[in-house]
Amino acid sequence: MIKTVVMERKPLSLSERTYLPQIASGLKTTFSNLFKKKVTLQYPEQRPAIPRGYRGVPTLVKDPNGREKCVSCQLCEFVCPPKAIRITPGHVPEDDEERSHVEKAPEEFEINMLRCIYCGYCEEVCPEEAIFLQENYSLSGYSREEMINNKEELYELGGTLPDKHFKWDKKKADEESGNAH
Amino acid sequence: MDIELIQMLALKVTYAVVMVSVVMSIAGYTVLAERKVCAWMQGRVGPNRTVLPFVSAIPIIGPFLRNLGIFQPLADGLKFLFKEEIVPGHVNKFYYYLSPIVALVPALTTMTVLPFGEFTNAEGHTTPLVLANVDLGILFVFAISSLGVYGIVLAGWSSNSKYPFLGGIRSSAQMISYELAMGLSVLPVFLWVNAPGMTESGLSLVSIVNSQENAPWLVLIQPFSAFLFLIALFAETNRLPFDMPESETDLVGGFHTEYGSFKFGIFFVAEYAHVVIGSAIFTTLFLGGWHFLPWVADPWAPGLIGSLLGVGWFLAKTFCLIFFFIWVRWTLPRFRYDQVMKLGWAKLLPLALVNLIFYVILVTYLDQAAAS
Amino acid sequence: MNLSLVDFLFYVFSAISVGGGLAVILSRNPVTAAMFMILSLVGVASLFVLLEAFFLAVLQVLVYAGAVMVLFLFIIMLMDVGPDSGKGAKLSKKRILSGFIALLGVGLLTVLTLEYSGVATVATDSADHWQDVTEETSAAGANIVFSKSVKSFGYGLFTKYMLPLQVAGFLLLAAMVGVIVLSKKTDDVDAHNKADGPSPGTTNPQSEEA
Repeated sequence: MIKTVVMERKPLSLSERTYLPQIASGLKTTFSNLFKKKVTLQYPEQRPAIPRGYRGVPTLVKDPNGREKCVSCQLCEFVCPPKAIRITPGHVPEDDEERSHVEKAPEEFEINMLRCIYCGYCEEVCPEEAIFLQENYSLSGYSREEMINNKEELYELGGTLPDKHFKWDKKKADEESGNAH
Repeated sequence: MDIELIQMLALKVTYAVVMVSVVMSIAGYTVLAERKVCAWMQGRVGPNRTVLPFVSAIPIIGPFLRNLGIFQPLADGLKFLFKEEIVPGHVNKFYYYLSPIVALVPALTTMTVLPFGEFTNAEGHTTPLVLANVDLGILFVFAISSLGVYGIVLAGWSSNSKYPFLGGIRSSAQMISYELAMGLSVLPVFLWVNAPGMTESGLSLVSIVNSQENAPWLVLIQPFSAFLFLIALFAETNRLPFDMPESETDLVGGFHTEYGSFKFGIFFVAEYAHVVIGSAIFTTLFLGGWHFLPWVADPWAPGLIGSLLGVGWFLAKTFCLIFFFIWVRWTLPRFRYDQVMKLGWAKLLPLALVNLIFYVILVTYLDQAAAS
Repeated sequence: MNLSLVDFLFYVFSAISVGGGLAVILSRNPVTAAMFMILSLVGVASLFVLLEAFFLAVLQVLVYAGAVMVLFLFIIMLMDVGPDSGKGAKLSKKRILSGFIALLGVGLLTVLTLEYSGVATVATDSADHWQDVTEETSAAGANIVFSKSVKSFGYGLFTKYMLPLQVAGFLLLAAMVGVIVLSKKTDDVDAHNKADGPSPGTTNPQSEEA
């Protein structure tokens, strides 16, 4: 059984009832705040430190050899909760020596940044580690069309990330040595 | 009309224009000071972006001025001018346009009797620097500033919508309540200055200031009067914790909710002009005006330099008081409306009466003691 | 016509006060009426200024324009008196009576003005009438000369005109007591409130103190 206890407030003393000591102490606090270090960031000049694992604008990246990583498997398009990603699959041209072992590449890759919710599922699901949510957080445009990032823009945003696996090099080597897959 | 009259008129008009522009620019910079001080108190930096192109080119001073936000009032004023002027369809047009003017004019009229310095010429003849040295200085100030409420009331009424209306109603009630306490709280000051045996007389602000030369400031003689007057001043200038007509948290924007662009700007400037004039009046009444320090003679020699220094000293005191206004605003929360009324009628008014009676008895006693 | 500046101003300000007064009773909108009343009062104050009675002028603005009219506006706004609330009223007994009294007042004013119109020139050359009250003025106020200075008002009020002052004060006190009595809640209203349970304002004495 919970007993309700009514708390009795102590009656205010005379000096408390004038509120003047309290006002004075409040004034003291604000005055001392005048000289404290300012906590604001002067944004365009100073940038906030981006923590590890930050989910910024989703981008497409190339491997250290400058090759397109995406194989247009469309997993990201499938997993994307707001359906912001749209991929038009295409073939890798036959004469591309560098990627001769890859069958597919995106012909067009669009991420609609008006829909994107920066959840990072696409990065998580990508088997080729081709899509990354990087540190860029400031994105603006004058029209809706501008806010749809196409393939070129995505690669421009993404650049090249260091890749320790060199998966494709291995694949190529495997293929050449005759034991692909 | 003869030439002399025209000359005098021209001179007076020039003085008036100069004074209005000075007070208005001080009001504009008070807005900046408000933003800056508020920012500093909240651990922010405040406006520090606006700059004129050729100023930013100056090596050290340029960035310094920019960080201080010196050019912000210019930008704000321009913004008010160039904004789209929206007049809601439901307002009473005539009063809607009239009320910003009604709000600004009294604020600027009170400065005519405000003395801000004195000039002693080569013959040793001293003239106070004031637009009109009216014998009734303080009464004139009260009379004109009591008209300032019409701007707010009319704005509230003509907007034809509920929040401005509430703001107007509150403001009219608050003004009447605190005017009484304000008048009663300065009476002891004039009683003291006009007491038998004192050198000065009359209700003029100049004589009040001169009574504090080489003598303690009146704030030291009558701290309680000064305190009551200050509280009433906060209420009369609609400053927090008494900003009932505006109270943006419960009344959206109060009386100026329906106003935009330059009309809002006029209200804004009028509010700060009230603060500037109020601080200046407090300075003349209680802080010795342009005189140096209590009990200390003015260190500057009479003459042009001396009077300039005096004016500077007066302005410095006024700025300190303006800072106090801002400081209080960013420290205290707003009173509830009924608390404001209760404070005005049930606390401030009786205290002012007690204060008055105390000084009546004191002055009478001193008078009798001097006579016997 | 040879108008001096003062005469010209006199006509301007009288036109303002009389025209304002007319507009008060002719305008349909109560707020407009109140604003014209302020204008009229300010006009009267300006007339006082022309008579060099600055103290009266300032008091006129301070008390009437600054305080009384604010209360008027306050009441008009609180009761939300619309522009057509007076429309369609019939010619009742009250109206006839008030009209009669108004006519009587106007007639009286006209007669008095015509009767004493010759005296109106006194004020023009009365510069030496303004004497300052000196310290030697007797406490009884026997030799009081009314002047424009504030001190003379004080001396006059507290010596020669002490009784009228007290009576006026008493009258105001009576009005104040009357208001308090009228605005006080009657007993049965209190009982009604108690039956409903304590009202939020009265439960906690501390909240009232705040």
